[in-house]
Amino acid sequence: MSVVKLSNVDIAITRGGIKIVEKISFEIQSGQILGLVGESGSGKTTVSMALLGHTRKGAVIESGSITIDGHEIVDASDSQLRSLRGGTIAYVPQDPGTALNPGLRISKQILESLEKHQPDVGHEVHMARVREILTEVALPSDEDFLKRYPHQLSGGQQQRVAIAIAFACRPKVIVCDEPTTGLDVTTQSKVLATIRALCREHGVAALYVSHDLAVVSELADNVAVMYAGRIVESGTRDEIFFNSIHPYTRRLIRALPDIAGRNQILGISGYAPMPWDRPSGCAFAPRCADAQSLCSQSVPEITKISNSHNVNCHRHKDSTKIVATARVEREIVSSSTQALLGIDGLNGFYGSRQVLFDTNIHIQPGECVALVGESGSGKTTLSRCIGGLHDDYEGQISYFGNALGKHALERKKEERRDIQYIFQSPYASINPRRPIGATISRQLELFYGMKGSAADARIKELLDLVSLPHAIVTSFPDQLSGGERQRVAIARALAAEPKLLVCDEITSALDVSVQASVIETLKNLQESTSVALLFVTHNLALTRSIANRVAVMRKGTIVEYGGINDVFNSPKAEYTNRLLQHTPTLK
Amino acid sequence: MKKIRDFFNQGGLVLFAVGRILAGIPIIIALTVLVFMATQALPGDAAVSYLANTATPERLAAIRDQLNLDDPLWVQYFSWASDALRLDFGMTLTGETSVSAILGERIQNTLILMASSGIIAIPLSIVIGTYAAVRRGKIFDNVSSLLTLVLAALPEFVVAIFVVFLLATNVFQIFPAISFVEPGTLAWADPMSLVLPSLTLILAVTPYVSRIMRGSMIEVMESEYIQMARLKGLSERTVILRHALPNAIAPTIQVIALQLAWLAGGVVVVEAVFAYPGIGTVMIDSVKARDLPIVQAITLMIAALYVILNILADIGTILSTPRLRTKYARKNDTSDVFAAMDGDQ
Repeated sequence: MSVVKLSNVDIAITRGGIKIVEKISFEIQSGQILGLVGESGSGKTTVSMALLGHTRKGAVIESGSITIDGHEIVDASDSQLRSLRGGTIAYVPQDPGTALNPGLRISKQILESLEKHQPDVGHEVHMARVREILTEVALPSDEDFLKRYPHQLSGGQQQRVAIAIAFACRPKVIVCDEPTTGLDVTTQSKVLATIRALCREHGVAALYVSHDLAVVSELADNVAVMYAGRIVESGTRDEIFFNSIHPYTRRLIRALPDIAGRNQILGISGYAPMPWDRPSGCAFAPRCADAQSLCSQSVPEITKISNSHNVNCHRHKDSTKIVATARVEREIVSSSTQALLGIDGLNGFYGSRQVLFDTNIHIQPGECVALVGESGSGKTTLSRCIGGLHDDYEGQISYFGNALGKHALERKKEERRDIQYIFQSPYASINPRRPIGATISRQLELFYGMKGSAADARIKELLDLVSLPHAIVTSFPDQLSGGERQRVAIARALAAEPKLLVCDEITSALDVSVQASVIETLKNLQESTSVALLFVTHNLALTRSIANRVAVMRKGTIVEYGGINDVFNSPKAEYTNRLLQHTPTLK
Repeated sequence: MKKIRDFFNQGGLVLFAVGRILAGIPIIIALTVLVFMATQALPGDAAVSYLANTATPERLAAIRDQLNLDDPLWVQYFSWASDALRLDFGMTLTGETSVSAILGERIQNTLILMASSGIIAIPLSIVIGTYAAVRRGKIFDNVSSLLTLVLAALPEFVVAIFVVFLLATNVFQIFPAISFVEPGTLAWADPMSLVLPSLTLILAVTPYVSRIMRGSMIEVMESEYIQMARLKGLSERTVILRHALPNAIAPTIQVIALQLAWLAGGVVVVEAVFAYPGIGTVMIDSVKARDLPIVQAITLMIAALYVILNILADIGTILSTPRLRTKYARKNDTSDVFAAMDGDQ
């Protein structure tokens, strides 16, 4: 029996009537997990909230029907909704750090759902259930733990509390909105196992919203792929991951970093449109290699491929199979030449707390070294030391054999020019009040005294290198997408003609398809300019697509350092092995 | 209350409060220096300014002798400051009575006035601010926003005159326009005389605090944990009272403390309008009479009140914010840091 049934749901912004999502239909059986996959702006969160009868301010469910366990949600009254929410259908938020109330003890936050939805039961019974559910999500249930506030828990524990809240009243349906986004891979895999076990055991129907295809492939029974407010393809897990038809689904799967190292990562050019500037016709047409004139004229209807497999594409009969390109092995640059950058016996501190322990890394000219670690491993601190942004350390960083000053201000202009830093967030690292051209030309003037038409010509070259259109020079950052901004940040760094680019988690704020094309850009750059890269990331799988060598960090120590294939094929450290095992993959 | 009791048991607040009070001492000492210097900056010396046109060499000498004005400056400062810290502000220039004797009763009257305004104004502003935030963009919010803006823009003596006009003289004659309190009794002996001055101060304080409260509440209402509480199916009443209000009050506490401290200064003008026998009227009288020991004493006390209220506000903020409360109360505070670093292990 379908516990969740959506048919032709349209959700629109009240003012102007712009549709955020259109014609959403799907069903979920009890005990099954539907993965709802999409990139930012696809409307997946809007759909997930609609299941609870919630729309963000200024939006409304315009038409269609949503039934949860036989109850119609769309025209339900507030009190009907309140009795369903938390009881019949529960929600697991994306970021428990902000979704748990900082002022209430965790026992109270679990208890209040029970008190609301089972008012006839006594306090002792409720407390027993609180303890039971905490045990089910693998948390302690002693008095001391019950009395804690959210800030006294780790991120993984907070997410478990949020799951406990959701499952406390034994709901029939559960909606998970990217609940593992902020977690490390080892924690993520445990949290996913918990969700899977609870759904199976108690026959709960789950909607699991995520941008991460690998996670969905490990968890979901069925998958729906959203693009620009519509479901473009849906089917069983195997149909979507191994027999996909829609060009978007196919490209999206190819954009996933392949931890097994067989396939080259492949990006999708362009970016997903926002609700207010979606093209007419098929919204994916402008990015689609198979697009024909029909595609930009009319929106494709649903085509049934099998009982479970549906696709919305004009070219469903003859869309191009995306053949995986074999990954090109990256040679390890011989270390006999003098290292471009040498880090020897570095101990880093925050005041009295030591965060880096005796780290040694040598980077050869033209190679890419990946620095991998979970949050708190010290990888960002190390890269900030290299960039001259963190000077509380002992030990030495040398550049072609010469010791570098600790702080960027103590370094020579040439040294600052040769080591460029790209930050994680392209939203915070570019001056919002300057046009893109001025942001890049500042570097040219500072390091090379280049002005006027010479600078303009050079800016065009740089924009070509990062695949941005020339017209962008007059744009301001807020007119660009995240991927475009990150390319601007790369172009700005390249303007200095650096010998080393320090890339600090530069793709973690980007969509998978955009991440893949940024990686492609960086790779091409390395081939054409022979710049060396220090690629800092939490995503182990991603390093296989770009790095020659990889250093794995844990708690401030490098636990493994070696050639990319050696580390992936025969990891020496137990920790690397654990990371490899817990990284979700398409299997 | 239980939270507060737990907290005291753990001894965290006591340590924190002691630390803050110790840090307050240098501030108070710095204040005595400032107050003393300000008096020195007046033209001539205290004796000249007090006697003004009636100065004769004999009387000048007498006053200088009384105030030890012939001693070197630092001796004068130390004798004044060490007495002041023991709450002994010397004799008034008029002669017979000590400053402390004059101020004692007056300070109590002023504190009564401040307390009676604060007890009403603070809960009132929290209610107005919260309700306006919950009904954001609706009629209550718009009307209260306009009213509080107008009231905030008016100087308090204008408000005082309007209140007298409305409730004491021209429109209704309910309350006395002048607060006559028998010397030797305290203000609450005649509650009617407290009404109008309190009302004026309430009208002066409420706009600021309620506007801050509204802003704080709006921010909290838009947070994800409020959305989460709604998605649990909780009633709007529970969402507001249990989930939003406690988190919105904490940032407002600092503003409340500053407003209470402002009351101590604002009270001077309001007392003058109603001839209320507090430190405000004494202050104005002694400024007119150039009775410097009294002016010094009152200035120092108002300044000290600022320091005390700020310490109380810091303690209040900690008590109402679990993140801070646990930080100060925690004995073995390393365990959580490592739990956070290790993820789930």
